[in-house]
Amino acid sequence: MMRTLLVRGLLAGLIAGVLATAFAYVFGEPSVDAAIGIEEAGTAAHDHGGEEPGHSHGAEEALVSRGVQSTIGLFTGVGAYGLAVGGLFAITFAFGYGRVGSLRPRVTAALLAAGAFVVVVLVPFLKYPANPPAVGQSGTIGDRTGLYFAVVALSLATALIAVTAGRALADRLGAWWAGLAAAGGYVVVVAVAAALMPVIDEVPDGFPGSTLWTFRTASLATQLVLWTTVGLVFGALAERVLRPSASAPAPAAQAGRR
Amino acid sequence: MSQASVAVPNPVPVQIPLREIVPWAVFAGILALLVLFFVSTESGAVELFSSNGLLHEFVHDGRHLLAFPCH
Repeated sequence: MMRTLLVRGLLAGLIAGVLATAFAYVFGEPSVDAAIGIEEAGTAAHDHGGEEPGHSHGAEEALVSRGVQSTIGLFTGVGAYGLAVGGLFAITFAFGYGRVGSLRPRVTAALLAAGAFVVVVLVPFLKYPANPPAVGQSGTIGDRTGLYFAVVALSLATALIAVTAGRALADRLGAWWAGLAAAGGYVVVVAVAAALMPVIDEVPDGFPGSTLWTFRTASLATQLVLWTTVGLVFGALAERVLRPSASAPAPAAQAGRR
Repeated sequence: MSQASVAVPNPVPVQIPLREIVPWAVFAGILALLVLFFVSTESGAVELFSSNGLLHEFVHDGRHLLAFPCH
């Protein structure tokens, strides 16, 4: 059973990766290109000036061309991320299904995807938003990476505690009030922690606000496409494994496959 | 597999037994975290293989658009 679910999670993740790549290529790449243009204009003064545009990335030597970065590179990155997310999603689903709630598989998967998007992507994004090229000093990459993963880990840990506590409370308060209490507790803890964590603001002077906005909304929307697809595709696939009688007319023939 | 012969028409919500999940969770969890590390961090903040930033350059756009700190 777990192996079947895991394979379906990976499949959902792959489909999600493909769709998210297409979305990122159409809506994200223009602002990445614009930001790289700004980066190159900024570094051109103290670097080799008359460099061929679109063929390098700032002062770094062009190991990989922009054409590769924005197509195969983008797909490799987003696709691998989608696969990993799909696998982890299937496992989390398996732990939660029938334990945290008794909703049917596709509803469980959709709620899990929405919750995971908020916890893993949206909350960290609100504290440390995505940055296009040319934003962020290279000297602070270690700190920024550490802080980003710290806020992801904190959000995840708080959410796990909130779900466990909410599940325990649900027996006394009912699902609605227990869910509200768990969500409220999560929001309070994460908000306080985020307020205490250091601020990172390395947007250079004169960087166009509209480029920053389009990049960040495209980045968030790419993640939204990915997680929505994982949740909905995995939900549809899991439904066929876990509730064969609901989707197939002959339950007796399917029952043996469990 | 022993219950295979009993066809329950409308089963109570299934739980997948923990002892069945855990080995897969460890196996796939480690693999997934490894993949995520290479997508998000390798040859950025941390460089395990001295590839002169090759991986960072290759997955550069994905890293930016997935909201990881890139450089």
